Amino acid sequence: MSETSKIEIRSLRKSFGSNEVLKNINLDVVKGGVVALIGPSGSGKSTLLRCINLLVVPDGGSVRVGDTRFAFGDGSKLPDVRTLANFRATTGMVFQHFNLFPHMTTLQNVMEGPVTVRRMAKADAETLARAQLAKVGLAEKADQYPATLSGGQKQRVAIARALAMEPDVMLFDEATSALDPELVGEVLNVIQQLASEGMTMVIVTHEIAFAREVADRLIFMRDGVVVEEGPARQVIDNPKEAATRAFLSHFHRTGALPPATTAS
Amino acid sequence: MYQWDFGILWTYRWLFLNGLGVTVGFTVVIVVCGLLFGLLGAFGTLSRFKPLRLLALAFIEAFRCTPILVQLIWFYYALPILAGVEMTPITASALALSLYGGSFYSEIIRGGIISIDKGQSEAGAALGMTPGQTMRRIVLPQAIKRMIPALMNQSIIQFKNTSLVSVLAVPDLVYQSQVAAHDSYRPLETYTAVAVAYAAILIPLTILVRRGEKRLAVSE
Repeated sequence: MSETSKIEIRSLRKSFGSNEVLKNINLDVVKGGVVALIGPSGSGKSTLLRCINLLVVPDGGSVRVGDTRFAFGDGSKLPDVRTLANFRATTGMVFQHFNLFPHMTTLQNVMEGPVTVRRMAKADAETLARAQLAKVGLAEKADQYPATLSGGQKQRVAIARALAMEPDVMLFDEATSALDPELVGEVLNVIQQLASEGMTMVIVTHEIAFAREVADRLIFMRDGVVVEEGPARQVIDNPKEAATRAFLSHFHRTGALPPATTAS
Repeated sequence: MYQWDFGILWTYRWLFLNGLGVTVGFTVVIVVCGLLFGLLGAFGTLSRFKPLRLLALAFIEAFRCTPILVQLIWFYYALPILAGVEMTPITASALALSLYGGSFYSEIIRGGIISIDKGQSEAGAALGMTPGQTMRRIVLPQAIKRMIPALMNQSIIQFKNTSLVSVLAVPDLVYQSQVAAHDSYRPLETYTAVAVAYAAILIPLTILVRRGEKRLAVSE
């Protein structure tokens, strides 16, 4: 497993003060795999996601993405600022609240990573950025500021911004939770398209029907531990654990994706 | 009823102009140096290293919580005795006013930086930026917009605070007008004219800044 896996997490632990948020988590994502992380709020799924690109620094265990591995805990030194930055450049992340840069146009948002981090020439970065914007269906919004976009459009720009770094893996932190219901579909469509192109992804989501459709593996977390794990459809349709069943009973588990309003 | 006679001030026009030049020049120096101290103080208080944080905090509170008039006198009279540093009145007052202003600028700059949503620096970090790059490219451009009104306000106060350097016999506008008032026995006219001169410089400036703020707000 570990030879083919793109992301490998071993015995991961994290506490905030006395609150133990992650207790001995193991996770493997194969190359091109899509893993959905579900669970009630406070279960640690967002923290786990943020440990993958080290936005949150774990207290113990190890994180490997591609060929880069970090160990944490007794005796291991925290990676320095430069190492961390280089590592994060290879992982794309999409946030619940978009976190677009409001002082830059859509195009400048997408160019920012390639120009500042990769030191790419402006002209090349612009070509790349325009291509990424076209991919998420927002080519014509290039010169607008984020404030003028809808939530769904903002999130698609945020995805384009992450993709412009040509990351090995993409991490989605409740990417549709802050959106109006009618805007969820357009963002999920983009994520689904990425999945079909073979992007390795970890998706924290409350869209159970979407997880069932797009993810090949599903992990249900509660109170900082993995309660149940398996093929997405199997876990959603026939959960083994009582806690998983209880959680899933709050959702419509099947059915089509929310209708996608055509990219606009 | 007092008989106003502003005509008499014309005799002292070169004195006033000289004083005004010193006042404006002084303000430029203490605003620039003050902003520099302010930047150092702000980054100091935001530093991850505790000793640096404490040092910056000590600087800010020492200068923010003592009167500027006392600081001026202290820098000129006490520092030479305590530290053996002999300073001209101009150096002593420029230093005191810069540090005093810097302590207030520090708090304005720090406040501007921490007012930017944490998600912004997270997004920068997630793209692979170093903390320095995130600060320069993402946080500061947004924070500066928010700081400008407060920085301008503090700079206006700094401009007026230069009037205190007259206690160290620095020949600024107020000092020169004292000379003129003693010579002409016309303190009412003199000090009225001085007040008008300060306002005449500051009011256009405030209008300019208000316009600039509106232009900056458009891109948000």
